[in-house]
Amino acid sequence: MKLDVQYFARYREALGLDGERIEGEFVSIAALRERLLQRDGVWAVLAEQNIMCARNQELCSLDEPLFDGDEVAFFPTVTGG
Amino acid sequence: MAIRVQAGAFDPGAELNALHAANVGIGAVVGFVGYVRDFNDGREVAGMFLEHYPGMTEKALAKIVVEAEQRWPLLRLEVLHRVGALEPGEPIVFVGVASAHRQAAFEACDFVMDYLKTRAPFWKKEHTSEGPRWVEGRQSDKDAARRW
Repeated sequence: MKLDVQYFARYREALGLDGERIEGEFVSIAALRERLLQRDGVWAVLAEQNIMCARNQELCSLDEPLFDGDEVAFFPTVTGG
Repeated sequence: MAIRVQAGAFDPGAELNALHAANVGIGAVVGFVGYVRDFNDGREVAGMFLEHYPGMTEKALAKIVVEAEQRWPLLRLEVLHRVGALEPGEPIVFVGVASAHRQAAFEACDFVMDYLKTRAPFWKKEHTSEGPRWVEGRQSDKDAARRW
């Protein structure tokens, strides 16, 4: 499957990346996150317990299943208002 | 029902008055305005930048608005949130709710802010006396959102 993966705020800064296309087979967002955590150094930021995520621009849990063409986003706790 | 995400400034008084305009069935208007403070968490704040997730931001706010409309008998509901560079003293967010009676307006306004704080993809980066820093989410905001 092909995914459009986006990073926001403190994660975007730590990774030096606002998004990327990722190809592979991932049953869930948690599986995608595990793959990203295998990358070195700065990627450990995604191991944070308070991480939030969205699939196709809707908040979801890390257990959310993934499908070809999905847009996935990882971000820290939101702080608007 | 209106949702606006914008970089430009807004006038909270004008927004509040507009909510009541041309609908004499409205008996109550409740408005909340959030402002940038010049001090936070032990540091002076010279300004901030509000990052968001274009596309998702509007969807997340719309979802909150729809949920508020399902829970309370509302006549109007407006959510306005700024993004980009902001200075202390400037309004960041406006939530205005109009209903026939006050209770629905008070509760819906409180609900929308609690949900916005915990579910809408905005992030504040403060420019402080000791350099830039990302504002961290507060447990008290999560607790407040759980009340509903």
